[in-house]
Amino acid sequence: MENFNYIRPAKVADAAKAMKKAKDGKFMSGGMTLLPTMKQGLASPSDIIDLSGLKNSGVKVGSKSVTIQAGTIHADVAGSKDLKKAIPGLAKLAGGIGDPHVRHKGTIGGSVANNDPAADYPSACLALGATIHTSDRKLAADKFFTGMFSTALKDTEIVTAVEFPIPKKCGYAKFPNPASLYAMVGVFVAQLADGSVRVAVTGAGAGVFRVPEMEAALSKKFAASSLDGIAVKSKNLNSDMHASAEYRAHLITVMAKRAVDAAK
Amino acid sequence: MSETGTGIGARVKRKEDQRFITGKGNYTDDINLPKQTYAYFVRSPHAHATIKSINTAKAKKMPGVVGVFTGEDVANDKLGGLICGWMIHSKDGSPMKAGPHPVLAQGKVRYVGDHVALVVAETKELAKAAAAAVSVTYAVLPHVVDVADAMKAKAPVHDVAPDNRVFNWSIGDEAATDAAFKNAAHVTKIDLVNNRLIPNAMEPRAAIGSYDTGTESYTLYTTSQNPHVARLVISAFHGLAPEHKLRVIAPDVGGGFGSKIFIYAEEVACVWASKHIGGRPIKWTAERSESFLADAHGRDHVTHAELATDANGIITGFKVHTKAAMGAYLSTFASCVPTYLYATLLSGQYAIPNIYAEVDAIYTNTAPVDAYRGAGRPEATYVVERIVETAARELKIDPAEFRRKNFVTAFPHQTPVIMCYDAGDYAAALDKALEMSEYSSFGERKSAAAKKGKLRGIGLSAYIEACGIAPSAAIGSLGAGVGLWESAEVRVNPVGTVEILTGSHSHGQGHETTFAQLVSDRLGVDINNVSIVHGDTDKVQFGMGTYGSRSGAVGMTAISKALDKIEAKAKKVAAAVMEASADDVEFKNGTFTVKGTDKKMAFGEVALSAYVAHKFNSAEIEPGLKEGAFHDPSNFVFPAGVHICEVEIDADTGVTEVVSYTAVDDFGNIINPMIVEGQVHGGIVQGIGQALAEGCVYDKDSGQLLTGSYMDYQMPRAADVPNFKLAFTCTPCPSNPLGMKGCGEAGAIASPAAVMNAVTDALGLRDVAMPATPQTVWKAMQPMKKAAE
Amino acid sequence: MPAITMKVNGQAVCGDVEGRTLLVEFLRDKLGLTGTHVGCDTSQCGACVVHVDGKAVKSCTTLAIACADSEVTTIEGLAKNGKLHPMQEAFREHHGLQCGFCTPGMIMSAVDLVKRNGKKLDDETIRHELEGNICRCTGYQNIVAAVKAGAANM
Ligand SMILES: Cc1cc2nc3c(=O)[nH]c(=O)nc-3n(C[C@H](O)[C@H](O)[C@H](O)COP(=O)(O)OP(=O)(O)OC[C@H]3O[C@@H](n4cnc5c(N)ncnc54)[C@H](O)[C@@H]3O)c2cc1C
Ligand code: FES
Ligand code: FES
Repeated sequence: MENFNYIRPAKVADAAKAMKKAKDGKFMSGGMTLLPTMKQGLASPSDIIDLSGLKNSGVKVGSKSVTIQAGTIHADVAGSKDLKKAIPGLAKLAGGIGDPHVRHKGTIGGSVANNDPAADYPSACLALGATIHTSDRKLAADKFFTGMFSTALKDTEIVTAVEFPIPKKCGYAKFPNPASLYAMVGVFVAQLADGSVRVAVTGAGAGVFRVPEMEAALSKKFAASSLDGIAVKSKNLNSDMHASAEYRAHLITVMAKRAVDAAK
Repeated sequence: MSETGTGIGARVKRKEDQRFITGKGNYTDDINLPKQTYAYFVRSPHAHATIKSINTAKAKKMPGVVGVFTGEDVANDKLGGLICGWMIHSKDGSPMKAGPHPVLAQGKVRYVGDHVALVVAETKELAKAAAAAVSVTYAVLPHVVDVADAMKAKAPVHDVAPDNRVFNWSIGDEAATDAAFKNAAHVTKIDLVNNRLIPNAMEPRAAIGSYDTGTESYTLYTTSQNPHVARLVISAFHGLAPEHKLRVIAPDVGGGFGSKIFIYAEEVACVWASKHIGGRPIKWTAERSESFLADAHGRDHVTHAELATDANGIITGFKVHTKAAMGAYLSTFASCVPTYLYATLLSGQYAIPNIYAEVDAIYTNTAPVDAYRGAGRPEATYVVERIVETAARELKIDPAEFRRKNFVTAFPHQTPVIMCYDAGDYAAALDKALEMSEYSSFGERKSAAAKKGKLRGIGLSAYIEACGIAPSAAIGSLGAGVGLWESAEVRVNPVGTVEILTGSHSHGQGHETTFAQLVSDRLGVDINNVSIVHGDTDKVQFGMGTYGSRSGAVGMTAISKALDKIEAKAKKVAAAVMEASADDVEFKNGTFTVKGTDKKMAFGEVALSAYVAHKFNSAEIEPGLKEGAFHDPSNFVFPAGVHICEVEIDADTGVTEVVSYTAVDDFGNIINPMIVEGQVHGGIVQGIGQALAEGCVYDKDSGQLLTGSYMDYQMPRAADVPNFKLAFTCTPCPSNPLGMKGCGEAGAIASPAAVMNAVTDALGLRDVAMPATPQTVWKAMQPMKKAAE
Repeated sequence: MPAITMKVNGQAVCGDVEGRTLLVEFLRDKLGLTGTHVGCDTSQCGACVVHVDGKAVKSCTTLAIACADSEVTTIEGLAKNGKLHPMQEAFREHHGLQCGFCTPGMIMSAVDLVKRNGKKLDDETIRHELEGNICRCTGYQNIVAAVKAGAANM
């Protein structure tokens, strides 16, 4: 790993400033993606701006929405009693990310900012219609995730929180890559407060995506059987040695059904 | 034998654990020497290429760089290449075609990860940075990564083997076997792939090499299962220094499974290069990604097999043709794995009158393949137990009964493929396993599973293996370059404490406990007063190391022999002190007594007398109490048993879960059942890993290793496996005084076949490729689903 | 190189680090605490698990400098006043280790999982909670037994 300057600002504004000054800076939250990437030599930032000094952690459940501070670790999201009541599917998702040690460091902010095509959170954001709060603005999840490892974030922009509307019910089903434990296919299904249904898929494509056919079917009747015979076309799905595009397409339907069955 | 206490048969808690559970283990990477430097290797990014030029000038000028070495330096210094220590001759009598394997590449690279240059610097980071600055110009050549393509490759891996064939070897009587097939009532045919595995001991390989300019001698700390063999090879074949000028130390070693038997380029390069940087120690610790690329891999067989049976379901003949990948170079013991460690076990537990096997060993542009837990025997068991199961299904005979019908029942039993089984009771293990696994009620469990949407299957594996390697003269006649005896020395100190110096090496097996149990049992000495010394060529005279489940049957027998001598000598001393005839002295429970008198001496008193030497004539009895012994086994030992696996397959996803696993093993007499059970657990999980999870994949087009990290190579985790039901049967081994067989590899040998027989049973298919990952199983199910629709 | 201080196994320590110095490097190379191991380079094996401010983390994926002023516990700090921690004792009692390389990380993970899940644990919970720790030797059965017993005695 190449060396770098290390800065741990206490304020969001200072962090943004430090980033502006840096030649090729990187924000770091839990470092659970950034550090492995750097150890492999795939990134060598000049400066690491550690956001842990911001101390913005916590899950706050309101009447209509839940706001999770960007610096909240996965373990705290998974363990939040309030969240388990308000959006149980989201707590369950967080509890299934990586392993306990990863969940002790990795953060929701880091995860959404990174937008790994195999990450879990982006599916919840998209399915629940979350709003991403940043240092500069608020962005709907539909606008935020723009493709593989890419988001609408500008270089100096910092994710500060993610706000999730409380749905009627939701569920998440993940088929982990057996080696890495990342999502090979993950499907988040939500029946929102207004009765509409959203289905978001992670792990299977270049980035998280919604499945309109499934949403339409589930809007009519929110039951796993509504998804019989509905499959995502394999054409644009990922294919690797662990799962061909066809297998992923098949798993999307299976996982979507399981997510519906699990929805609370 | 009692399971309590500290003697043979007791569940003694491990003596070595104190240091491991408190973080005080001493692994190679934990050691730091004064003025130490750090190594990093430049490795080939190509599967096959000619090296046009290597420019090290820039790297040499980088900060902190102490030295940069290439194949040219190795050649100039006349450092010998890596060797393969077992000569195999082809059917036509020609010797195997071993290509050159220089410590640093000369002229060509032959797999991704091949060692090209060594960079030594003041820190790890500086060495790595400088390695990136070494510029190598390659001319890429066509490559092959699997045996199917290798024989028609455009550019051979080695010029000596134009068709990439290292040897074409055979065993057994071809004509007799053909005749058996002509008369057969039924012939079962199967094509199998034994998937390539990457060993992945959790401690990556490491080395610290240093040269003492004052004594003109070398020291190498290394992660080795057999430091003396390493010294022998580095001395005799690499020609680095005579043996008395080279000390090899293998401290605590974090697992081996075969992968740390071999003498690798990196370790040799570090110790060699130390002299060229003024003797400063050079430390190298593999990154895990280097372990994936450059540790010797295991298995990688493609096999066609045919089994002939008569009208009564009795096996009359067995024919096997295997193509075994060797990788790009012949590793230390590579050639004996798919030959004498494989085909000699093709008779399984069965009385098969006619067997013929042919093996083509083939170069591919991949990491070298060598022994990995079980080495050849898992491959043999896989072929035998898969085809036996398939035959039983074809003949509509219950697979358990088909096996029973064909078991060897009289011993000794000479198979047609060299081995002479000395003792066993295969039906006893089968009966016990059937009972423990509730085999007869499987149907109920299958229907219950079907109601949950799960396909349940059951599979047996009645394995046998030959270990406790090996009788030296016998293996010598088969081409081995070394003898496989073991040595031991017993040093009794004047206060009666005992040190055992052994050529065996423990890297998880618990020798510090089991060897001490033997001593405690024999001498009546408190187990805490026994220490085991191993892993240092300056301390232990010589030894052949630990692999092939040999430390018990061979290593402990050597200790036992030395203990016999200690007892004899101590009796003489005791007799002199007690003024009796040595013939009248008896030794029991740590006390010497004189027959018919009440005279007695404790073992400790005798030890002291032996050193004080006041009470005997030292012209007749030498002072001191220290004895050594070498033990060369007269036969292999033959552990055998029956494993039964049940799986449930999720029809929606293809996920296979091992829901029940029973293992009944006959290891002869057992020194410490707790440790033996641990060995079985670990072995079974490695086998389940092979069957369901682990598969090394090289990209056909690029020759790159696709499964180069834990991101893509699935290691079994705790949640992937169940608890196992274990039991032992016992037919003591007649060829060693302790009656022991070996237990270290059995689990890994038996389990892949048991699991895959269960998977194919669940799916109603003849074969599913290993590893039966969810995707593989799902794909295998598609034609069935289509047919059902 | 900035100097940092932290409390390791109850003792204040300080040392110079680069930004890139990993916690595991600081522990092993600067403090000589070689009980914490490195088994992989992709943050997956768990051989390096230590506790930072009471939470189990992978020290190979943690910057030392980010742990300035934190409290770190390693395998060397688990035994108190010469008395083994119940989890260490349980690993020995149940033969939960063979080569010992994964063991420090396993034990540190085990202590952490008991803290989070309580002392009464079933096999399934233990196996699931150990998903960040790979052992190549034991086949896990005795590790699970050890964690269960160690938990009960904690
Ligand atoms: C072994 C292992 C297994 C894993 N398994 C899973 C899994 O199953 N599912 C899953 O979803 N993830 C998994 N992960 C990833 C893990 O969840 C990461 O924690 C997460 O993706 C990134 O969060 P982080 O806080 O660690 O971010 P970091 O690694 O610190 O940062 C990631 C990226 O986001 C940027 N960034 C971080 N915070 C902010 C911010 N507030 N504003 C703007 N940019 C920011 C960084 O610059 C960097 O580019 C795994 C990781 C490991 C090591
Ligand atoms: S060393 Fe493997 S996870 Fe840290
Ligand atoms: S005991 Fe060897 S890796 Fe776990």
